[in-house]
Amino acid sequence: MEPYNKHESIAALMNRSNVDTDQIIPKQFLKKVERSGFGAHLFHDWRFNDDGSDNAEFELNKPIFNGAKVLVVGDNFGCGSSREHAPWAIADYGFNTIISTSYADIFYNNCFKNGILPIVVSKEQLDTLMAEISANEGVSFVIDLAEQKVTTPGGNGFTFDIDPFRKGNLLNGLDDIGLTLLHADKIDQYEQGHKQSYPWLWA
Amino acid sequence: MKKTMYEKIWDSHLVVEAEGQAPLLYVDRHLMHEVTSPQAFEGLKLSGRKVRNPHSILATMDHCVPTKDRDKPIADPIAKKQIETMADNCRDNGLNLYDMKSPNNGVIHVVVPEHGFVHPGMVVVCGDSHTATHGAFGALAFGIGTSEVEHVMATQTLPQKKSKTMLVQINGALSKFSSAKDIALAIIGKIGTAGGTGYVIEYAGSAIKDLTMEGRMTLCNMAIEAGARAGLVAPDEKTYEYLKGREFAPKGADWDKALAYWQSLPSDPDATFDCIITLDAAEIAPQVSWGTSPEQVIGVDATVPAPESFSDEGKRKACESALTYMGLAPNTKITDIPIDFVFIGSCTNGRIEDFRIAAEVAKGTKVAPGVTAIAVPGSYHVKEQAEAEGLDKIFIEAGWEWRDPGCSMCLAMNGDELKKGQRSASTSNRNFEGRQGKGGRTHLVSPAMAAAAAAAGHFVDIRNL
Ligand code: SF4
Repeated sequence: MEPYNKHESIAALMNRSNVDTDQIIPKQFLKKVERSGFGAHLFHDWRFNDDGSDNAEFELNKPIFNGAKVLVVGDNFGCGSSREHAPWAIADYGFNTIISTSYADIFYNNCFKNGILPIVVSKEQLDTLMAEISANEGVSFVIDLAEQKVTTPGGNGFTFDIDPFRKGNLLNGLDDIGLTLLHADKIDQYEQGHKQSYPWLWA
Repeated sequence: MKKTMYEKIWDSHLVVEAEGQAPLLYVDRHLMHEVTSPQAFEGLKLSGRKVRNPHSILATMDHCVPTKDRDKPIADPIAKKQIETMADNCRDNGLNLYDMKSPNNGVIHVVVPEHGFVHPGMVVVCGDSHTATHGAFGALAFGIGTSEVEHVMATQTLPQKKSKTMLVQINGALSKFSSAKDIALAIIGKIGTAGGTGYVIEYAGSAIKDLTMEGRMTLCNMAIEAGARAGLVAPDEKTYEYLKGREFAPKGADWDKALAYWQSLPSDPDATFDCIITLDAAEIAPQVSWGTSPEQVIGVDATVPAPESFSDEGKRKACESALTYMGLAPNTKITDIPIDFVFIGSCTNGRIEDFRIAAEVAKGTKVAPGVTAIAVPGSYHVKEQAEAEGLDKIFIEAGWEWRDPGCSMCLAMNGDELKKGQRSASTSNRNFEGRQGKGGRTHLVSPAMAAAAAAAGHFVDIRNL
C-alpha cells in the first residue's frame, strides 16, 4: 500500500446522499477475479448511457473534475453490500480522500485497507464545502493527514478526527496483516486455551 | 459486572489489545463464497502466506450459479471463471467446499446452519454483509471486506472496534399473517437504514422467543439493512434442538460441555444497553417496501407516501427520487400496485418454512396473466425437503417455476433479473436501484405476501384472504 502523503488535489462534488455500493460498483462487475481495473466501472450506471457513451449529466463526467483525488459527497456514503470492490473502484479511479458526514461501517473500514482516507465532517461543514465547490468548480483542497487538517482556498479549512491507529497505518502505508502478525505469539497462546476450552471446535 | 451477550462474546474472543491498535478478535468460523474471496486468495499467495486453520472454513458457490439447466456449461464466461477459481482455491488450500454439483450446495447463509457449522457464542465472519444471519444462534456474526477475508485466513483474527449495544424489544405476539420478515422491515422502517450504525443489535421479547430458528435467521439477516454491525438472538431450547445431531454440532460429552457454555451466554438480566427500541408485535402489519431503500417501507393497508409527508429534507428528496425510479404516484394504495415478477428465495427467505407458508397461499391459485413467478430454494436440502412435502407440485400447478438453489434474483448476478421498468414482489433483502436488474423495481415482502401477489397480479392484504 502506498503511504498517504500530504497533497493538494481537485475536489469533485457529488451532492447525493445514501450512495450505496451497488451504485459505486454495479454487481455485473463483481465477477472479476482480479483486484485491479475496477475504476473503469465506478458509478457505471450513472456514468454511462445505455449505449456505453458518457452521460454528460453525471457530475464526475465534468471535465473540470478530471484528475480529482478528493470526493465530496452526501450523507451515509457506501451503504449496502459489503463489497470491497467499492473502495477498490474508488481508489483505482484515482480518489484517495472522501469527505462526507457519515459512512456505512463496513465501507468505512474498507477504505483504510485500500489507502483511502474517509474524512467525517459536520452537516454545516459539508454544506460549506459543497457551496465552495459549486461556486468555484475545479477548486483544489490541501489534505494533510499528519496534521489532520484540510485547507481550502475559500477559507473553509478545518481539522478532523481520526483513529490514531488507522492514521498511522495510512501514513506508513502499512499492511494490516503484517501488523497483526507482530502478535503471533499471543494468537498461538489464545489458540491453545481455545482448544482446551472448546475442544469440539477443533474436532 | 453485568454484561450483554455481545460483551460476553467479545471478552471471550479478545486475543490482545495492544496500545494504539484496534483490539484483535479471534475468529471461530469463516464462511466463503465465490465473489468476495478470489482476490483474498490472490493476496495470500502473493505475500507467501498460508491459511492458518482450514477447519474453520466452509465454502459454497451461490452468487453466480445458474438456477436452471445446471448440467449445461455456464454460459457467462466471467461467472464460469469465478466458479473455477473458487474450486481451485479451495482445493489448493484444503478447504471444505460445497460446489455446484454437491448435494449440500446452496446460498452460504442457508447452507451453514443446515450443517450445524455455527454455534452460540462463536465469532463468525464472511465476506458478505448478510453474515448477520447467524446471529440467530447467538453467535457474533458479521460481514467483512475482501482484505479482511485475507486477514482472517492468514491470522485467524481480525482487528475490530467495539460496537455499541442496542436492544430491540418486540413485545406481544405477531398476528398470524405477519412474519419475521415483517418484523425486520418494520424495525428498519422505524429506525432507518442508518439507525443501527455503530451498534450490534440484540433482539428480545416475547415475539422473538416465539419465532422459529428460521424466523430468527430472517430477522438477524436484515440487521445489516438497519445499519447494524450484527444482530443477535439469545440461544434457547429451540436453538439447542435445532443444532442437536447436525454434522458439525458437538457430540457426546462435548455436547454437555458446549451446552453449559451456551447457557451462560444470554445477556445478564440487568445488563445495560446503549440504546433500547421497543415495538409491539401485534401492531406489525404485513410490510411492503415502496422505495429504493429498505427503510422506505409501509404496511400493506397503507398508501405510498407523498414527499411532503416527510419533514426531514433529506427524506423528502429521497422519497421524490425513489418514487420517480419506482414509477409510483404518491398516495397510491399499496394494494393497487401491479407487479410483473415474483421471487421467493434468498438467504432472507429461502428456507423450508418460507416455502411452506408460500405454498399454503399459492395452493389452488394460478399465477396472474403476464406475471412470472419463480421459487428458488436456498439450498438443495431445502429443495429436497420441499419436494418430499409436495410443495414443488403446488408451485408448478399454480404456474410457478421451481428452480435449483442460488442467490438468483436477490442480486441478479446469474442472469435471473428484471428488465428495465419491470416490477417485482421479492422476498429478498435489498430494493436498491438496479439490484434486481438495471431499471428493475423491487418491492420487499414476506413469502406469504409474495405468493398472494403472484396470484392477484398486484399486492393484496393477506389478512383479507
Ligand atoms: S441471497 Fe442475496 S443477500 Fe443472501 S448471500 Fe446471496 S446475494 Fe447475498
